[in-house]
Amino acid sequence: MSGAAARQEGRESEPAVRPDGVTPSQTVGPFFAIGLPWPDGPFVVDEGAPGAIVIAGRVLDGAGDPVPDALVETWQAGPDGRFSHPDDPRGDAGDDPRGVAGTVPGSTGGGGSPAARFRGFGRCPTDAGGRFRVVTLRPGPLPWPGGGTEAPHLDVSVFARGLLDRVVTRIYFADERDANAADPVLNSIADPARRETLIAIPEPGAGHGDERPAAYRFDVRLQGARETVFFDL
Amino acid sequence: MTTEVSQRAGGSGGLRVPAYQRPAGVHPPLDTPAYRSSLLRAPKRPLVPLPHALTEVTGPLLGAERVSATDADLTTRHGGEPLGERIIVTGRVLDSDGRPVPDTLVEIWQANAAGRYAHAVDDHPAPLDPNFDGAGRCITDSEGRYRFVTIKPGAYPWRNHLNAWRPAHIHFSLFGRAFTQRLVTQMYFPGDPLFAQDPIFNSVPDPAARKRMIARFDLDLTEPEWALGYQWDIVLRGREQTVFEHAGQRDARGGR
Repeated sequence: MSGAAARQEGRESEPAVRPDGVTPSQTVGPFFAIGLPWPDGPFVVDEGAPGAIVIAGRVLDGAGDPVPDALVETWQAGPDGRFSHPDDPRGDAGDDPRGVAGTVPGSTGGGGSPAARFRGFGRCPTDAGGRFRVVTLRPGPLPWPGGGTEAPHLDVSVFARGLLDRVVTRIYFADERDANAADPVLNSIADPARRETLIAIPEPGAGHGDERPAAYRFDVRLQGARETVFFDL
Repeated sequence: MTTEVSQRAGGSGGLRVPAYQRPAGVHPPLDTPAYRSSLLRAPKRPLVPLPHALTEVTGPLLGAERVSATDADLTTRHGGEPLGERIIVTGRVLDSDGRPVPDTLVEIWQANAAGRYAHAVDDHPAPLDPNFDGAGRCITDSEGRYRFVTIKPGAYPWRNHLNAWRPAHIHFSLFGRAFTQRLVTQMYFPGDPLFAQDPIFNSVPDPAARKRMIARFDLDLTEPEWALGYQWDIVLRGREQTVFEHAGQRDARGGR
């Protein structure tokens, strides 16, 4: 009814007008749980998918207290280092997110599998203890537009009451030492102690039999002596 | 002009990715002491510049699988009609070059007409409405248009300062098509007398940018004997018009 009314105004026939500017960010506030969490949000892949890893940790404030009302979102390449996205100039990875599975260290071998449902995107609200947990696949390394290679990583957005804009950070993997040492973003951070805030640490315990860890810990410290590195995107 | 300008590969065999604009002075500073919740949460150290590479220029393309047919009408999902002023909220999702962003997920959440959220930690002594949960979502059409039917949310008190009240607002979450475009914001209503005392609204330093968060009442969108219409376009950042050089990054790496 009103869709038709809007169309009668003929706005779509107008040429594109350059808007005055972008819409400002505002805080997600304390009540986002009404609208944003999804039951499948933390599962970038299904929990039992071959090669699945868990990245879990806490969001902490400047007093070291847990932030129980934060939302952690992750975005990453598949194990083959590709994105199912038109702006990945190397072309679509196709339906099998693992693409050339087996050629990337840490990927899980070929064959059709439940891992085909790989979203690349994870979303998890923190609990009363400030904890979040995302189940995903280990991303592959990426070519850097200026030459060189980015180490496997996830881009992370953290939203919370008290944050007027999201804060953006990255998760790298401690067992990718050589790749991390050559990573252009990590190397743009001069202080080694600050770089360390971007490194997820393997949890002791179960691996995948190929000696790669299956679980990592990554804490986000919004303030304080060990404040996480946040990026100007 | 909507010419697509790409980053030029240095020595990597022609990998070209778009770069996105970095709007200055639009978003609120994280460190805004007037908003008390920021005191222990806003980072204190300078942000580190992040070039736009593959992870940043891509993003989740979430589509119809995340939305059901009833999700865009917040007034019909329960046994009866929610109380309050029925409104239509519609507009387009654009980038800053004026290009529509089609097929992108829009998520909203809001208080009910009495200013109460259907959330356990909201202790404002105003009534809950059994016919209103305050959550909605939709996918933009091929012209970037979204449309919700809902109830005008009420203002509500909070404890930021003595006698603090939030202006009526609807929370919006947007993805665009790239990680760089992700945006969570709030839509306000025109003429709200509470703007002047609200540290969240006023955290945006530029008055012109602040106005871009305020919807416009639109009699043409208003449906006779049914619902008031509000028009609000959401603008995500567009692509950069200049070549982005990565030489500085190579230098940094070589220097280690």
